[in-house]
Amino acid sequence: MQPLDLVPIWTGILAIGVFLYVALDGFDLGVGMLYNFAPDRDARGLIMNSIAPIWDGNETWLILGGMGLLAAFPVAFAIIIPAVYFPILLMLLALIFRGLSFEFRYRDAEHRTFWDHGFAAGSTLAAFAQGVVLGAFIQGFNVQGRQFVGSSFDCFTPFSVFAGIALVFGYALLGSGWLIIKTEGALQDWARALGRRCLIGTVLGIGIVSLWTPYANAGIAARWFSFPNIVYLAPVPLITAGLIWYVWRSLNDRSEYAAFFASLGLFVMSYIGIAISLWPMIVPGHFTLDQAAASPSTQAFLLIGTLFLLPVILTYTAWSYWVFRGKVRSDIGYH
Amino acid sequence: MQLDPELLSRLQFAWVVGWHILLPAFTVGLASFIAFLEGAYTLTKRPVFLNLSQFWLRIFAISFGMGVVTGIVMPFQFGTNWSRFSDAASNVISPLLAYEGLTAFFLEASFLGVLLFGRKLVPPFMHFFAAIMVAGGTLLSAFWILATNSWMQTPVGYEVVDGRYFPKDWFEIVFSPSFPFRFAHTVSAFYVTTAFVVLGVGAYTMRRGQSPAEGRTMMRLALCFLAIFVPLQIVLGDAHGLNTLEHQPAKLAAIEGLWDGGQGVPASIIGWPDQSAERNLDEIAIPKLGSLYLTHSWNGAVKGLKDFPADQRPPVAIVYFAFRIMVGIGLAMLGMVALGLFLLARKRLDQTQWYLRLCEFTICLGFLAVIAGWTTTEVGRQPWTIYGLMRTADSVSPSLTGANVLLSLLLYVVVYLVIYPVGVSVMFGIVRRGPSASDEAPLIASGHPKSPIEAALAASREGAG
Repeated sequence: MQPLDLVPIWTGILAIGVFLYVALDGFDLGVGMLYNFAPDRDARGLIMNSIAPIWDGNETWLILGGMGLLAAFPVAFAIIIPAVYFPILLMLLALIFRGLSFEFRYRDAEHRTFWDHGFAAGSTLAAFAQGVVLGAFIQGFNVQGRQFVGSSFDCFTPFSVFAGIALVFGYALLGSGWLIIKTEGALQDWARALGRRCLIGTVLGIGIVSLWTPYANAGIAARWFSFPNIVYLAPVPLITAGLIWYVWRSLNDRSEYAAFFASLGLFVMSYIGIAISLWPMIVPGHFTLDQAAASPSTQAFLLIGTLFLLPVILTYTAWSYWVFRGKVRSDIGYH
Repeated sequence: MQLDPELLSRLQFAWVVGWHILLPAFTVGLASFIAFLEGAYTLTKRPVFLNLSQFWLRIFAISFGMGVVTGIVMPFQFGTNWSRFSDAASNVISPLLAYEGLTAFFLEASFLGVLLFGRKLVPPFMHFFAAIMVAGGTLLSAFWILATNSWMQTPVGYEVVDGRYFPKDWFEIVFSPSFPFRFAHTVSAFYVTTAFVVLGVGAYTMRRGQSPAEGRTMMRLALCFLAIFVPLQIVLGDAHGLNTLEHQPAKLAAIEGLWDGGQGVPASIIGWPDQSAERNLDEIAIPKLGSLYLTHSWNGAVKGLKDFPADQRPPVAIVYFAFRIMVGIGLAMLGMVALGLFLLARKRLDQTQWYLRLCEFTICLGFLAVIAGWTTTEVGRQPWTIYGLMRTADSVSPSLTGANVLLSLLLYVVVYLVIYPVGVSVMFGIVRRGPSASDEAPLIASGHPKSPIEAALAASREGAG
């Protein structure tokens, strides 16, 4: 009997896990960046409160994403992670600094300003580093056999640095959408104003990356622009354009949830766009998902526990978001 | 001088894991201690247990948070610096690592919130239950990490295809020969470490006279616990050593500083192992004693370092001294406990100022012993990442230059040297305010989620009102 092929299941789990990380930690990293521009001390308190109950849970998806990649597609992990050595280093240090700044700013009041800046700078640096990882991943790596053989600085190219900046704007857009949901009055207006600037940056980022990628890679260009693909794939840019218009409108009218969820929609469309460009490769140009897959026994052993634990974690996550719904106010905050 | 990426990667791994392990060394024991305090309070309703639990929970929140963020670094090290090892071994070890992550996530998401913020909102037995689940979760995390480490030390249950390792028997992989010993010895070490912290903080509290009831209770609980666990730890260490003799004889020979194997080998007490001269300088040794405690016979045969090719021996001096530091600390702990029990029996424990002061200094003993023990087992595994199968030199990422790793190591050094002193000073601030300080607000201020249950109740009250 042919054993069940687990590769599609793990592809799905990993895709969902990475997207959840990007969506969830994306908005709280974005809130962390916007934090530095807050008008006053009370506003900073409210902004902190808006992510206090959930940010560290969001970050845990990073471990699950990393470990999922190692377990399900080990050779991809072994090639990609050393190839982005310095972006990963910067991301980890930034996340450590940011996480502990959050803890310490309440307990170490003498140095609160320092920790406040640490929180904002750590958030920005982590977002930028993740964008560089993404950019380098799209560009592909110098691989021989089963190993990355380029230099540790190969990942810093104009394209990847641009992708880093684009992701900073994208996360900040999510962050402003989150703040519109969680705040009201003058602070919400402030979040809307920032959101509009972030949207401009995000649109430029998506647009330039979308044109740059096929320009730099003939295979990807052929996939998107040849007939009949161009017809089948046309909805991706069209829906994206519609979403951009909708986010802009939501930032300018009185709707509260639309900007955040439409911005998430932009992330979904970008994610789908990248998946279409690279499918079925997990190490672009070298390993497909099937070629990189761990042994069936490895995938099965981990799947047993994952299928039990993941729904529990998802349920709990959803529930805690539900519980903490509504506006943050200075009088009944989480502190 | 040529910078060696392998050596620097090893130093970097030692640096990040060395700092990280201090936190589980503390939180694994502390979680169980808090569960004990919660249980004692549920049963006896004595307020001293409640005060102590609240006090230690404040410290637990900080150290657990630091443990999580420094823990995120660890799995990425396998990719950034040890990619060839990851490629070769991940079919076997990655599910164990991933289960550790899932377990930690499960624990944090589900029960930590209730434990930290749910005191007034759930019945006492539910709070006790949450404490047990958090303690169990920390033990489960230790289980998976040590299962991974043990497989690297004593690999079984695998097959090799094209130079890569594939699973054959998951039960054998998880419960590899050194795992039961390593797990017992490590968890017991974590418990002893925490108990010495509790003892020292209790002594500090007594000396300041601010919460005498809490201080007395902490010292007595810690001493009684240590009276059992320090001797037990020595027995477990001996058993682990005999397991090493069986499965990793070269490591054991390095621990013993034994160059010439044979029958009736001596026990080296202290000396300077000279790797190139293949002997110990200025050595004090006791004839035949080595065979006695290793084989339980005066003439038992033990392999020496010269029985292994020079390129299969670990760096002897590091292993030799790390082991002696660990054992020396163990003996010092035994002395501290005996002294404390003596004073307790004479009813002079609370008044003996010099002993209270000494207890404050011995807070660090457990941490030092954990680092020394970890160094013994990890450096003793060299020159292998997978013992006897895969060399460390063949495990490092091929793309790295020495300068790359030096740069990343320096950055890790700088960041850890900022966050650890701040973290320790924040925890010390909690200790200085003492166990009877008000429990209002500070926990929620730590930025951890307020219990969803609390928020739900508040929301329903609002709805009803």
